[in-house]
Amino acid sequence: MPLTKNNIVLKTQDLSIGYTAKKSITTIASNINFELEQGHLIGLVGANGIGKSTLLRTLIGLQPALSGTIQIHNNSLETTSTLDLAKQLSIVLTEPLQSKNLTVFELVSLGRHPYTNWIGNLTENDLSIVNNALQLVNITEYKTKKCYELSDGQLQKVMIARALAQDTSLIILDEPTSHLDMYHKAYIIKLLQKLTKETGKTILFSSHEIDLAIQLCDTMIVMQQDNVVCDQPCQLISNHIFESLFPEDLISFDATSGRFIVSK
Amino acid sequence: MKINHKYAFIVLTLILLLCFVLNICLGSVQVSFSDVFSSLFGTIENETHQLIVTKVRLPKAITAIMVGSGLGISGLLMQTLFRNPLAGPFVLGISSGASLGVAIVILGAGIFGGFTTFLISKWSIVVAASLGSFLVLLAVMLVASKVRDTMAILIIGLMFGSITAAVVSVLSYFSSAEQLQQYIFWGFGSLDNLSWEELLIFFGIYAIGITLSIASAKSLNALLLGDNYAKSLGLSLKSSRFIIIFATSLIAGTVTAFAGPIAFIGLAIPHLTRQIFKTSNHKILLPAVFLFGAIVMLICDSIAQVPTSDYTLPINAITALVGAPVVIWLLVKQRNIMF
Repeated sequence: MPLTKNNIVLKTQDLSIGYTAKKSITTIASNINFELEQGHLIGLVGANGIGKSTLLRTLIGLQPALSGTIQIHNNSLETTSTLDLAKQLSIVLTEPLQSKNLTVFELVSLGRHPYTNWIGNLTENDLSIVNNALQLVNITEYKTKKCYELSDGQLQKVMIARALAQDTSLIILDEPTSHLDMYHKAYIIKLLQKLTKETGKTILFSSHEIDLAIQLCDTMIVMQQDNVVCDQPCQLISNHIFESLFPEDLISFDATSGRFIVSK
Repeated sequence: MKINHKYAFIVLTLILLLCFVLNICLGSVQVSFSDVFSSLFGTIENETHQLIVTKVRLPKAITAIMVGSGLGISGLLMQTLFRNPLAGPFVLGISSGASLGVAIVILGAGIFGGFTTFLISKWSIVVAASLGSFLVLLAVMLVASKVRDTMAILIIGLMFGSITAAVVSVLSYFSSAEQLQQYIFWGFGSLDNLSWEELLIFFGIYAIGITLSIASAKSLNALLLGDNYAKSLGLSLKSSRFIIIFATSLIAGTVTAFAGPIAFIGLAIPHLTRQIFKTSNHKILLPAVFLFGAIVMLICDSIAQVPTSDYTLPINAITALVGAPVVIWLLVKQRNIMF
């Protein structure tokens, strides 16, 4: 299948991730190769401790790669300045906010940080982008509320709106569905899908909601002990990738329904 | 909400002006409102009153404004930077550093011989206090980048306080009673006795610090999200941290140098402001802390003068008497300290 290489937003080559302490190197995963296309929703799944967060932290530049390359829009991540990167990549992390004593509007408009002047004044253009972000995520009605008044689900939406306001072609979210109930898990991933369709942004998120990811994602990255696979969900199913995701003593994957089933 | 803030700022500015004039009126000698105005904008027959106003009270009131606002703002910067509601110039050892610098200059003169005696001018104290506070803050930051634990940073600040106290006691052992007294009086804090030239230097350094603080408002707001988010917004953590620390040490250092180690204002004012303005947005907090700090300091100073009496209480005692209950009240009453 011929691929047009113009619409590749993020690309890794022979990427190896892990931690370096003073003398020892702990490799968590290696030989990671994937390409993320523009406008795609990509789910990153894998068992606990397999290195999903480490991979995301490496992709967003919070920790260096052990080897290999990461390219965002054909530019190496390492050589991109913090400010330039801020205009191409926005993030939603699992770590709690340091201060919730800001209004929703104030928090979302912090997304305009890379574009505003030295004192951070919002121009008309900034305001319309912020308001648009609030609208896309459906939180305009409580934009004057304080963040400490919000539920976890609402706060997650605010953080997504903040990332949208940053106006980047790529958004990376680390477990945006943790701490949420079943409805809100589905709501958030569905919202992410809607955003990729409506804005043409590429959204990569890690999640434990494999069932939901299979149903909603364009592409999935599956992390396993020995390899990292990136493909369309239906391809992954027919290649029996999900079967080996977890030890089979407790849950098994049912290829026809695309779900995991608890062994009885 | 924006409108509420505007009203609050107008009201606070009016209160500040009122406190400023009252502060000039009150003291061992009462000067009437009209005398204050005529000595500021013209001449009056009562020359004593004119002298009191222009040579003593006016410089003192201006000092109070700079000290109060400066300490409040540097406390705010530290609380946001360290994400610790109990941070402040005093807790993190900036004042200790300044004290050490001053102790070395005043008390060290006895040890290092007579040649340093001539150095004990206001200027050497200012330089020593600024250097001391900057070095201590740099040390705290260095350790902070290694431990990443805010509690550890606070303990390190306390340790610097202990080291300072130890060095000071060693120095005092070898010092004359006269030098000791000079150091202790410096420790009481004082807004008095600044000449207009000294005020000008004070204002110059203070203005640089305040300008840097205002310029940091944007990065301070980004830091409210946490380091990782701030970085993802394109913020250079290293340089913005450095600017914030540099501004704090400039302000806290000069304030301590000119007015002594004044307690609690730096810690209490930012909390008071957050409670009243109910926000952590630094574009609102910075001017609000400025106004509150100046107002509280003017009031404290007016109390310290004990109007109509000849006594002047140590300003440090008054700020602690006002500040400590505020901190206690916050800890007891607020379930969550707004931050």
